[in-house]
Amino acid sequence: MRNISEEVIGVIGAGSFGTAIANILSENDSKVLLYVRDPKRAKKTSRERISSGQKLGQNIEMTNDLKSIADRCEVIFPVIPSANFRDMISVISPYLHPYHVLIHGTKGFDFFISEREEINTENPLSREHIKTVSEVIKEETSVLRVGCMAGPNLAKELDARKPAATVIASHFDEVINIGQRLLKNDRFMIYGSKDLIGIELCGILKNIIAIGAGSISGIGLGENAKSLFISRGLVEMVYIGTALGGNLQAFLGLAGIGDLIATCTSKLSRNFTVGYRLAKGETLEEITTSMEEVAEGIKTVKIVKELAETYHIKAPITNVLYKILHNEMTIREAHTYLMNFPFRAEIDFIESEEDKTL
Amino acid sequence: MSRKKVRYSEVIPNKNDWPIVQLSRDRKSFIDDIVNQVYEAMVADKQGSLREEIEMTVHLEKLRTKSNPWKVDPADDRDFWKELQQRLVEVNLKDKVAVKKQERDILKEIIDRYANEIAGSFKKSSYRFAQKFVTFGFARLLNAARVKGLLALFSRQLDLDDKLHITGETEHLRKLTKMGTVVMVPTHFSNLDSILIGWVIQFLGLPPFIYGAGLNLFNIKILAYFMNSLGAYKVDRRKKNRIYLETLKTYSRVAIERGCHSLFFPGGTRSRSGEIESRLKLGLLQTTIQAQREIYQKAEANGEIKKVFIVPAVINYHFTLEAPALIRGFLKKTGRERYYVEADEFSTSYKISTFLFKFFSKGSDISVNIGRGMDILGNYVDDEGISNDKKGNIIDPRHYFMRGNEITFDKQRENEYVRVLGKRIIEEYHKYNRVFASHLTAFIAFKMLERKNPKLDLYDILRLPEDDLTLDYKEFKANFKKLRGKLEKLYKKGKVDMAAHMQQKAEQSIQVGLKNLGLYHDKQPLVRKGKKIIINDTNTLYYYHNRMNGYSLEKYI
Repeated sequence: MRNISEEVIGVIGAGSFGTAIANILSENDSKVLLYVRDPKRAKKTSRERISSGQKLGQNIEMTNDLKSIADRCEVIFPVIPSANFRDMISVISPYLHPYHVLIHGTKGFDFFISEREEINTENPLSREHIKTVSEVIKEETSVLRVGCMAGPNLAKELDARKPAATVIASHFDEVINIGQRLLKNDRFMIYGSKDLIGIELCGILKNIIAIGAGSISGIGLGENAKSLFISRGLVEMVYIGTALGGNLQAFLGLAGIGDLIATCTSKLSRNFTVGYRLAKGETLEEITTSMEEVAEGIKTVKIVKELAETYHIKAPITNVLYKILHNEMTIREAHTYLMNFPFRAEIDFIESEEDKTL
Repeated sequence: MSRKKVRYSEVIPNKNDWPIVQLSRDRKSFIDDIVNQVYEAMVADKQGSLREEIEMTVHLEKLRTKSNPWKVDPADDRDFWKELQQRLVEVNLKDKVAVKKQERDILKEIIDRYANEIAGSFKKSSYRFAQKFVTFGFARLLNAARVKGLLALFSRQLDLDDKLHITGETEHLRKLTKMGTVVMVPTHFSNLDSILIGWVIQFLGLPPFIYGAGLNLFNIKILAYFMNSLGAYKVDRRKKNRIYLETLKTYSRVAIERGCHSLFFPGGTRSRSGEIESRLKLGLLQTTIQAQREIYQKAEANGEIKKVFIVPAVINYHFTLEAPALIRGFLKKTGRERYYVEADEFSTSYKISTFLFKFFSKGSDISVNIGRGMDILGNYVDDEGISNDKKGNIIDPRHYFMRGNEITFDKQRENEYVRVLGKRIIEEYHKYNRVFASHLTAFIAFKMLERKNPKLDLYDILRLPEDDLTLDYKEFKANFKKLRGKLEKLYKKGKVDMAAHMQQKAEQSIQVGLKNLGLYHDKQPLVRKGKKIIINDTNTLYYYHNRMNGYSLEKYI
């Protein structure tokens, strides 16, 4: 049985963001159980008290047993790459109950196609095959009280105790309140949102734009060009995001514009770094093998490109990035192409949307 | 071909053990319980002032007694509200204590009046009588109509169940009524539905269910008699004030908590468009979740736990008596509940009798498909009433209400839960929808008409001149085969159900469909003439076609 006198909070994934979350929880006087898949790493981290380059808070206990996370923690923060998410959740699923609360911090799509199915022109990639992480949780477990967190939260800055804020989105006030109670402190603000899918999409889609922004920095086109690119990127995010079920408001808030600015201007961002290094002449393979953690944006570009085709959404930036990542276009060619792309209509889109809501 | 007849024994043979009998025995304490709970909730609620709420209610009620009185309204209706208004004016507003006391007194009087009005007056003796009468009467009518000659009135050759096919999880339902409290949630197309389901319940040997019936139906004396004796409580759609709605919901919740099996039509009113419900009214549905939570909360003290089971049921007719009126209303966008006396085919006893006679005298089937039981969040339960999640893991619904190891009440949480439940019920409706050939023929004919006139909008198509209302039979048949194939695929995946007559040869299935589609309307919507199919009535055709919405079949035509 769980012990109520001492609430233990679970964090699944000890990457840089997962560790940062665990540290904030620990600092706010919660007991934390931090999961890492590899037993050796669990031991090593436990001994050295350093995880993903960050010093571990004193209330954090390491584990490599998912069952014990489910058994001991009512509130769990899963923070692992999207590619591993479904596998992880199906392992822990039998131990999860409807009393659990899951607030995830994963910024990528789940991509699930059954073995019998084939994606082709007859059966194009659609929303059926692509799920956000909250949708995966609801599919694989009996947990309903699900939330996500997204916002400009570069792990290194959080670790350096610099001020920041995040958005916790859930259909349940209860989940937002729990997130606020556990994470809020003097330098970490928590906003709440009911648009779960919208906020998840913000976190996912901004990675595409970050890769592009990195490439602009890499070839040294300057701040004007990068700002132009980010603005256009936001419009593209809105186009795609609203088509996939998010609301415009989410994209104009902290998890949208806020996170977009952080990821598109900082070398601390992984996705930005991918673009930057591509522009410096490295190949995609060289970059991904040398990176410690996954840059979600690479997978997202491919998925969104196909989804945009299925749903006839204009996505010039995503298309161009897809070509760059697949060596069908050089970065210079891409930017020349985008400079000639008629973009006025895109910006109009947001204005007209705003007019409608006013 | 003769079907094997199944006879069901009564689940609870001793009627004194029926929850509804116990409830009517404790009627007074039951109503007091409701009054107190509504009163407490209203007083505790800090939204707006209580006085304003009361004044508004009294004002609206006075208006109603003047502008829209019904036969069923009590004789003192006007005087009651007039007197309350008088008292509200007379009080000295400076005397805070007196004002407060008056507000609370009046509030209690209003709730008490409402609760007594809503409460049905179930009598077990007349339940038996009404039940016998319905069964016996139906059977006699059926025989008289089918087997020629007056003597046939006394024949026992045919039973109602020859006409009415009850399919699906019937044994499962019987088990659930013994184990917990069942809330049956059928689709709603016709006023006949509540009588039908009433019959199904007694045929399956289940103890009686309580259900909310529109007060307007009580205007008709004969219906009122049967509904009173079958466990109906009254729902007055004219009253939209918060005190009334709160009383109504509390009635439903407390009855469920006390173990009374209930029947809701979660779509609210009859489907105006002919479509399967795609949006549910969540207010009453929410009482199931609240009741379950209260049961868990109270169980911690005394240990007994009754689970609440949600059982969807899909009713299918080849035709709906009220279709022309319903679709007309829908097309005029007046489909919402309004402040009026309903004037359709169910407005007089005469019309109902002629309908019943027509119904029994011609061969047209009705099916009631019982779905699998679910817990209050839409997880399937097994025969033992145990919930399983999608992956087959056993779950305890109590955990949905837990926070920090105890059961907590969170209004917003439960608002969200009822949305989850509503979605699940709609999924189940589509799954248990038994497709009749008539539905499919209507769907195909209407879609073909649309394809032939791609530039016209719905209203133009409905107004097409007669000359344009013919379809090629050969093409029609090809479409029928194709769509039936698609439906069979869905059927194999468990996403829809199909009537037996759909498995015949296409030619024959189409014939069944054409013959039965809107059988009793003045104009049958579709008629075959040689190599052509003639469309006689686009409105009703549209209505029946809507039934097949939601399966994405249109892309194949």
